[in-house]
Amino acid sequence: MLGYIVRRLITAVIVVLGVTAVSFAILHFLSPTPAYAVLGTKATHAAVVSWNKQHGYDRPEIVQFFSYLGNLVQLNFGYSYKLNQSVAALFNEDVGRSAYLSGAALVLSLIIAVPLGIAQAVKRNSPGDYAATAINFTLYSMPSFFLGLILIQLFALDLNIFPVGVGDNITTAWQAITHPRQLCLPIVTLALLNVASFSRYMRSSALDELAQDYIRLARAKGLSERAVLFRHLLRNASLPVITLVGLSIPTLLAGNLLIEYLFNYSGLGLLFYNALGNEDYNILLAYVLVGAILTVLGNLIADLAIATADPRVRLD
Amino acid sequence: MTEPRKTGSQELEELGTAALSVPGPSRGLSELTPDGGEVQAIASGWRLALREFASNRLAVICLALLLLLVLFCFLGPLFYHTDQTYTNILNTNLPPSGSHLLGTDENGFDELGRIMVGGQAAFEVGGFASGVAIVIGTLYGAISGLVGGFVDGLLMRFVDILLSIPFLLIVLVIATKYSGTVVEISLILGVFTWLVPARLVRGEVLTLRTRDFVLAAQTMGSSRARLIYRHLIPNAMSVTIVNVTFLIADSILSLAYLGVLGEGLTPPHTSWGDMLGNAQTYVQNGYWWLVYPVGACLVFVVLAFNLVGDALRDAVDVRLQRR
Repeated sequence: MLGYIVRRLITAVIVVLGVTAVSFAILHFLSPTPAYAVLGTKATHAAVVSWNKQHGYDRPEIVQFFSYLGNLVQLNFGYSYKLNQSVAALFNEDVGRSAYLSGAALVLSLIIAVPLGIAQAVKRNSPGDYAATAINFTLYSMPSFFLGLILIQLFALDLNIFPVGVGDNITTAWQAITHPRQLCLPIVTLALLNVASFSRYMRSSALDELAQDYIRLARAKGLSERAVLFRHLLRNASLPVITLVGLSIPTLLAGNLLIEYLFNYSGLGLLFYNALGNEDYNILLAYVLVGAILTVLGNLIADLAIATADPRVRLD
Repeated sequence: MTEPRKTGSQELEELGTAALSVPGPSRGLSELTPDGGEVQAIASGWRLALREFASNRLAVICLALLLLLVLFCFLGPLFYHTDQTYTNILNTNLPPSGSHLLGTDENGFDELGRIMVGGQAAFEVGGFASGVAIVIGTLYGAISGLVGGFVDGLLMRFVDILLSIPFLLIVLVIATKYSGTVVEISLILGVFTWLVPARLVRGEVLTLRTRDFVLAAQTMGSSRARLIYRHLIPNAMSVTIVNVTFLIADSILSLAYLGVLGEGLTPPHTSWGDMLGNAQTYVQNGYWWLVYPVGACLVFVVLAFNLVGDALRDAVDVRLQRR
């Protein structure tokens, strides 16, 4: 087990290094220097050269990469010349709100998807199962943006239960938590998208488990159906969810971007979106990197968690 | 090529095992030849997969509707003439009527005509991006699997690295610099979606390369290039064809996301995502015709490609299981 963890950690570090190199290369290819963004597009060549020299953008790319890497280790993600703030400070401001949105959506989607998938498997091929599958398939194919628009139309404009967007008064994660009415639509939109894929996996996983001998044994020894489902099936059928949660990080990040844009909820996604318009490449690079590192970490943690939770998983 | 006369599942089963699991044709033929009757052609694996696919009614309906929608988008403008180039500020945001079947948008463009134009972009990008991805992915995967060893490990780690970069984020960043034409967006999408097909093809090649026919070809002195394009790629084709449908769905969805966030095609070109993104402003005004028709088209196309892909996978899986 220890050997496995060490080996997995080493691969993860290599992948993170590779991801940093590739992202850095792509973004530096797109925008070698932020000089024009800072000095204006009409800046003279001499001004750009001297700005580059002053800020270290005249060094060879490989030197710049390693100095970026060195900063990264100290959690220094560079400087946003557009917003005149360090990227780390900007992230620090927004990370709580985004984490709350993603986290709440993830929890909500699990609360819906796990029981739904099991119920579908138990009552497989019933009208209810078909209906749920149809809805899941539609949600799975639906752009989060369109789903958000439908929910806004329905619950904000027609029924007037929730506000159309998140108000400007929400400035901290704590305020977001204490104003559930404002955050309800964004969280539900993001959660529904995950429900679609989660419950599909839950259904097939529960179907597999239902056919196992231990379920038959549990029934044969006279356990109530509820005990069979909750005590025996739930635990075993939920194992793939660990992997799914680990794999859902890129989806959550992309979802955050669109949901924050649609509901005007200031978080990391909206910061990224604004940086796209401003061509603020230091923010873009940092966010892509954070996303990639989270993805690698998510896979790693999921693999380790499944190895711990499931004794059948043999590590060699 | 004659169709077997009976298409009952029993006979299909027999045909499947006969055609796929028996090394030489002789045993299968003798079992299938009716006494004194003519010899029937044995259904090929592809034919079986096709029949399996055809038995999935939902997928067939989806495929038919998709074809209709393609015709609607590409041929529709020939019959339903609309101006999709010049804005008309006198006719903005008109509700559906006889002259504008789905109303007009904020620039005075006819919405139905615009859905056709946006649909063309969706299908073009879907087809082109998935084509790019499948070509790169197949070659990469085949080479990696065939060469094996250290090179294989290196090539696959590179795939791991690229897969770890959040797809939509990196595509958005690149699109800010390059977006504009269908070709550019397709290339950007294709360059970041070949990873999954590469993995799949590599997996197939790893099992194929130990099979007798590949060993035989090697013994007879086939070069690696010939081995790849003559033996490995054709045999890994079933996996890639299934994957293409999912790739098309993903590319169309990604194009929509790019459009919504304003990084899609440049005017006068438009995509369904661009239209949805613009319509967002008008939801509060109750201009439903700007939101739901185009959204429904988008959801249907992605859903249909996913369903067709699922059915294809089932069909091909059956073939693989019987092999």
